[in-house]
Amino acid sequence: MNNTIKQLSRSPKFMTGFCMFVAIILFTLIYPLVNPGNPLEMIGVGTFARPGTYVSLYDAVSAQRETFKLADADDKRLAASISDEDRVAMIELFGMAGMELDIEAGDTEALLEAWEANFDTLIQTKMTSAKRKYYTRINNKLLDLKAADTLVVYEQGEEDSKSKIVKTDYVRTGAVANVKTLPLGTDNFGRDVLKELVSAAKTSLMIGLIAGTVATLVGLTLGLLSGYLGGNVDEIIMFITTMFTVIPSFVLLILISYSLGQEQRGPSVVAIVIGLTSWTWTCRSVRSQVISLRNRDHVNLSKLSGHSLGRIIVTDILPYIASYVVMAFILQVSSGILAEAQLSLLGLGPKTTTTPTLGLMMNWAMLYSAHTNGSWWAYFPVILTIACISFSLNLMNTGMDQVFNPALRDG
Amino acid sequence: MSEMDTKVQGSAQPEVQEAAPSENKPKRDFTTGPLCLSGRGVTRVFGTGDKKKVAVDHVDFDFHEGEFVSIVGESGSGKTTLSKMLLGLLNVSEGEILFQGKPRDISTRAKKNEYWKGIQAIFQDPFASYNTFHKIDAVLLDCINMRGGKHLPYEKKVEMMTEACSFVNLKFAELTNKYPFELSGGQMQRLMIARIFLLKPKILLADEPTSMVDACSRATILDMLLSLRDEIGMTIIFITHDIGLAYYISDTVYIMEHGKFVEFGKADEVILNPKAPYTKRLISDVPKIHEPWDLDTVVEELA
Repeated sequence: MNNTIKQLSRSPKFMTGFCMFVAIILFTLIYPLVNPGNPLEMIGVGTFARPGTYVSLYDAVSAQRETFKLADADDKRLAASISDEDRVAMIELFGMAGMELDIEAGDTEALLEAWEANFDTLIQTKMTSAKRKYYTRINNKLLDLKAADTLVVYEQGEEDSKSKIVKTDYVRTGAVANVKTLPLGTDNFGRDVLKELVSAAKTSLMIGLIAGTVATLVGLTLGLLSGYLGGNVDEIIMFITTMFTVIPSFVLLILISYSLGQEQRGPSVVAIVIGLTSWTWTCRSVRSQVISLRNRDHVNLSKLSGHSLGRIIVTDILPYIASYVVMAFILQVSSGILAEAQLSLLGLGPKTTTTPTLGLMMNWAMLYSAHTNGSWWAYFPVILTIACISFSLNLMNTGMDQVFNPALRDG
Repeated sequence: MSEMDTKVQGSAQPEVQEAAPSENKPKRDFTTGPLCLSGRGVTRVFGTGDKKKVAVDHVDFDFHEGEFVSIVGESGSGKTTLSKMLLGLLNVSEGEILFQGKPRDISTRAKKNEYWKGIQAIFQDPFASYNTFHKIDAVLLDCINMRGGKHLPYEKKVEMMTEACSFVNLKFAELTNKYPFELSGGQMQRLMIARIFLLKPKILLADEPTSMVDACSRATILDMLLSLRDEIGMTIIFITHDIGLAYYISDTVYIMEHGKFVEFGKADEVILNPKAPYTKRLISDVPKIHEPWDLDTVVEELA
C-alpha cells in the first residue's frame, strides 16, 4: 500500500492530475468563504454585464476629488467614446466618398484627423437619410467631447447645482463607497457568473461522486458475484448486464429522467439515475478479472483453510482488483459529470432554484443566446471547468494505469 | 533478496546430503494398510454438447494410510482435475469418492471444513499460492485457528509457528512480519510444508510441488515430505509428470493417460516392468546421464 502510494507520487501524470483536481476542489471550498452569499442572487437588472470592475457613478460624484493633468487623457477619452462599430462605419464612409485612406480602425488619432478634415465633403456623399443622421450624430458626439469642459450635476428637485465635474477631476477607486468586481461578469439573470460557477462546480463534483460511487458499487458487487459464483448466477447477471449494454445508456438516462418528472429531479436523484445506467462496464471488467483470479492457487488455499465466501471475496480477490476498481471509479466520476452536463443541456437535468450545476449554467446560456450575442463569459468558463475536471481525472487515471500496468510505462 | 537466496542455497546443501538415506526404500509396507481415500468410477466432464470434454474418465483407486502414491501423466492427462476433485474444489460429475471407507459428504460448508481438516494440499507454483497482501504470520495463524487453537495465548501460537518453521529449516524470527514476495521460491514452498506440519492432515495432496523450484530445493522439499509422512503417518498423493522422480520416492504409482489410469501398482513393478505402451514411452522420455537420449522414439510416437 505504502509502496503503491510512493510509486504514484513519482508518476508525473498522476501528480499533475491530482494537483489539478485538488486545486479545483480547494477553490470550490475556499471561494464561498471569501465571497459568501447566495450564488443565484440576481445582482444585476440587465443581462450579460461584461467582466470587469464596476464603480458606482452616484458615489463617484460625491467622492473626494483630486486634479490630474494627464497628457493622454483627451485621446483616451475620445478613443473610448467611439465604438468598434462606429469606427468601421466611419472607414466605410471614406470608401463611399471615393477617398482612398490607409488607416487602421484601431488608429484613433489618424482616423479623427482625417474625419475632421473631410467631414463636410463626406456628409455630402449620396446615402440614405438615416445613415446621414447616424454620421451626423457621431460627428456631434465627437465635437461635444472636444468642446465641453464641465458636467453639472443637479440633485433632484433642486435648482442649484450640486457639483461641477471637470475633465481633470479624478477619484480614487478606494474612495468610492461602492465598487464591485465581477471577474466573469453576470449572466442572463444578472447573477455573478464566478460565484455561480464555483457553486455549480461543487454541485457537479458531488453529482459525479455520487454517480461514480453508485455505478462502481453496483458494478463491483454484480461483477464479483457473477465472476466468483459462476453458473446460473453468472448467467442471470450477465443477461441483465447485456440488456443494459445493448440499450444506449444515454437514451436510457434521458427516458428515466423524463419519466421521473421535473418535480422529482433533484441533484442527488439525477446522480443516482446516472449511476444506475452506467455500471455495466465496471461489472463486465470486474467479472473477467475475478474469473481469472478465482482459480488461482491462493484462492484455493484460502478455501482449504476454511474461509467463508465473503472473506475470500474481500481478502483474496478484492485486493487484487482494487487498483482496477479505483481506476474505474475515477473514470465513472468523470463520465458522471459529463452525463449531468449533457442531460442538463437538454433541459433534463436537476430541477433547482437553489443550486446551479455546470450543465444548468450551459443550458441557461444557451436559452438566452449567450453564444450568439458574444457573451462568452456566460458559457466559456463553464466549458473550461468541465474540461479541467475531466482532464485532471483522466490524467490521474492514466498515471495510475502506468503505475499498475508496467507494460504501459514510457521511458 | 539475493542475500536471502544464497542463504537458502547454503542451508539447502546439508539437507541434500541428509536426504541421501531416503534413497533406501522405506522398510515398512504402506501399501496394505487401512483404506484412506478411494474412488469408484470417478468422472469429470467439462462443457456440454459439442464442447463436451471428459477430463477424468471413470477412474478407480485405493489409497492406504501412510502410503506415498504418485500419479504420473503428461500435461492435459487430467491429473490436476482429479486432484481438485479429491480436494473437493471441483464437483464430481459421476462416481463417488470414499473417505476413510465412508462416502464423502461435502454438501455443506461445515462438512467441507471438516473434510479439509483431513485433506490438505501443496500447489505447484509457490509464488501464486500466497495472498501477497497478507503477511506470512497470517498463513500460519490460519492453520493454528483451523486446528482449534484460536483461543491459545499468542506466545503459545508463536511457539507452534517457530516449531513448524524449524521443521522446514526456516527461522520464524526472520520471517515474521514479512510478506511472501520477500521470500525465495524454495523458502515459500518450504513454508507451505510448515503449514502442513501445523495442520497435520490425514492426506496431503502435492500437485507438482517441486516443478517450480531448483534442484537443491527439490531434494530438500521431497525429503521434508517423506519425514513428515513418517512423523504424522499421513498419506501423500504426489502428482507429477516426472516418472523418474515418482520411482525414487513412491510406494505406489498410478499412470494416467487421457483421463484414465492405464497402469498402476507398486513403484518397482510398474517402472521396472512396464506393461502399458504409454508407461514405456514415459520411461523412454526420461533423459539419462550415461547414455544418449533416444529422441527417435518420441518422434515415432508423435507421428
